[in-house]
Amino acid sequence: MDGLSLETVAGWGRHPVCRAAVARPERLRLPRAGRVLPRGLGRSYGDAAVPASAQSLVLETVRADRILAFEPSTGALTCEAGLSLAEILRVFVPRGWFTPVSPGTKFVTVGGCVASDVHGKNHHRDGSFGGFVGRLVIETADGRLVECGPDRERELFLATVGGMGLTGLITEATIRLKPIETPWMFVETEPAAGLTEMLDRLRHAGKDWPYTVGWIDCLATGSGLGRGIVIRGRHASRGEAPGVPPRENTPRAVPFDGPAWLLSPALMRAFNTAYYRIQCRRTGGRLVSHDAFFYPLDSLRDWNRLYGRHGFLQYQCVVPRAAGAPVLSELLDRLSRAGAASFLAVIKDFGPESDAYLSFPLEGTTLALDLPYRGPATEDLVHLLNATVIRAGGRIYLAKDAATRREDFERMVPRLPEWRRVRDRWDPEHRFGSALSARLLGDES
Amino acid sequence: MKAVMVGATRGMGRALARLLAGRGDALALLGRDPNELLTSSRDLVARGASGPVPTGHLDLAEPAGFEAALDAADRALGSFDALIVTGGDFAPQETLERDTARLARLLEVNFTGTVVLCQQTAERLARRGGGTICAFSSVAGDRARRGNYLYGASKAGLSAYLDGLGLAYADRGVRVVSVRPGFVKTAMTVGLPVPPFAGEPESVARVVLRALDRGKPVVYAPPIWRWVMLVIRLLPRAVMRRARF
Repeated sequence: MDGLSLETVAGWGRHPVCRAAVARPERLRLPRAGRVLPRGLGRSYGDAAVPASAQSLVLETVRADRILAFEPSTGALTCEAGLSLAEILRVFVPRGWFTPVSPGTKFVTVGGCVASDVHGKNHHRDGSFGGFVGRLVIETADGRLVECGPDRERELFLATVGGMGLTGLITEATIRLKPIETPWMFVETEPAAGLTEMLDRLRHAGKDWPYTVGWIDCLATGSGLGRGIVIRGRHASRGEAPGVPPRENTPRAVPFDGPAWLLSPALMRAFNTAYYRIQCRRTGGRLVSHDAFFYPLDSLRDWNRLYGRHGFLQYQCVVPRAAGAPVLSELLDRLSRAGAASFLAVIKDFGPESDAYLSFPLEGTTLALDLPYRGPATEDLVHLLNATVIRAGGRIYLAKDAATRREDFERMVPRLPEWRRVRDRWDPEHRFGSALSARLLGDES
Repeated sequence: MKAVMVGATRGMGRALARLLAGRGDALALLGRDPNELLTSSRDLVARGASGPVPTGHLDLAEPAGFEAALDAADRALGSFDALIVTGGDFAPQETLERDTARLARLLEVNFTGTVVLCQQTAERLARRGGGTICAFSSVAGDRARRGNYLYGASKAGLSAYLDGLGLAYADRGVRVVSVRPGFVKTAMTVGLPVPPFAGEPESVARVVLRALDRGKPVVYAPPIWRWVMLVIRLLPRAVMRRARF
């Protein structure tokens, strides 16, 4: 094991934080004893990659980022778990390959994508990341290297995909990249005047388009509730795209923590309204880079600092299709009544859920909100939103959560007992743990 | 470029190897851990290195094995034209003060071994008309400081050697690039307090690649260290001592 450094560890939302020893080796190996928390690039918002106490070693995987094989006939890529999507795209987009599923940032590792079973704008068509994983190598709590996949050690595989790093250390993965003709995206946007129209348009766009997403002005109320923009896209074909790749832009850094007035309701309202108006005018098709389409926020490095030093919570839930518009409008209504302004609310259609026990997506609609962290009031709001989600038969996304209560979580996840059984088999002493597992699963810290 | 690399499985060497592979250079990796060499070889092939990336055994503490390793690399690559040594030993000053066996090994690896390897390679390259030798020294060799003079001494010796080698072999077509990294955030430096101007392996690698292509004899990376070290070299000894530098 390489050296350790004592660091303050937090999720992307910068709340909560914990001071702990961090190892960042070039070769992943578990220490022989003690509690461990594997962590990738730290882009999960909440406490999934924050240790429960200083007793835990944080094992950052980012230096274990070697590509081990690529099979051009199938797109099968085998790599160490710390390889980032950004690096995959840098190496493979020029060769005509793209990551099969991508979250809203490319600064995530393959191991992290598996552990959170991330989804992207194409979930309605392609499902989540775990569906493209053919094989994982996991170092389990007892130090064994175990290969698992859809066809071998299936239970361990299904518990690890979406398992938040709590079943073992993912060291290697084989994933299937998908072929693209050009590095360009063909994109169309259209406005939706209210929630019903938004849901209709998303549904409709999803029939023909591989990538769809809606953006909601979450401060609009009354008849405008749920108004926003539907964005749909696909990889551009050779015929319609320029022969040259899009220009890479260098990310700009946020130099300081955002001041409090940045989060004032008035300014948020102005921002949301302005964004809506601008986007309404930008209808019709256009070509953009995949960076601009998939990762608009990556162009602002450290954008999480905009929320000030108290950080923020991100809340993402999914509700089944049957629950539909009434539940979503209830959620938006609660949000605006709490005065917890959000720069951004993202809405999206999900396709069928996967077999992975703790996987987040569920056939229906998902809503994601940024909530500036204001202490107990913000946590109360989360509990309130959760109550609505539970009633609708929905659930929340663990990669973003930092406030859900254990009893609420247990009511959201019917397959939790199965997952616990598999986890206990492979890690009976719960060597792998996080602040999230202490909060939601009752692990000792 | 057909480069033989020592230390390319980790840190700055890994980053530099990836840049070379990305532009289609041919590479061979020498080192101690066969599994690590093989894993890095696969990585570099996937990133576009020209041809397979052969690996072979070389321990900088065992000069007796160098000729055989260089022969093997020559056979595998078909006469290589560059040697890049990023490998080296490091330990905190307190450890080296306490443990003289550890100290002896560090001196052996960073100075004796590296010098012998570069010397043998320089002869080899000169015989066939020239090439490039690039070795990683350190800013720690520019001026002795109380906090790391043992490691610094090994690198001071290496820097002096590389300077001389460049002068001596210039006429025979051998270009020597001496790299002096400042503090770089690699696995080697984990746990050490991070000073201002600390660099990342990737940015250091880009600076070194440019120097390699131009045959620049001495390169500081990140470049700001050139000026930092200029100031530190000019400090009077009395100031060094009083500031407990």
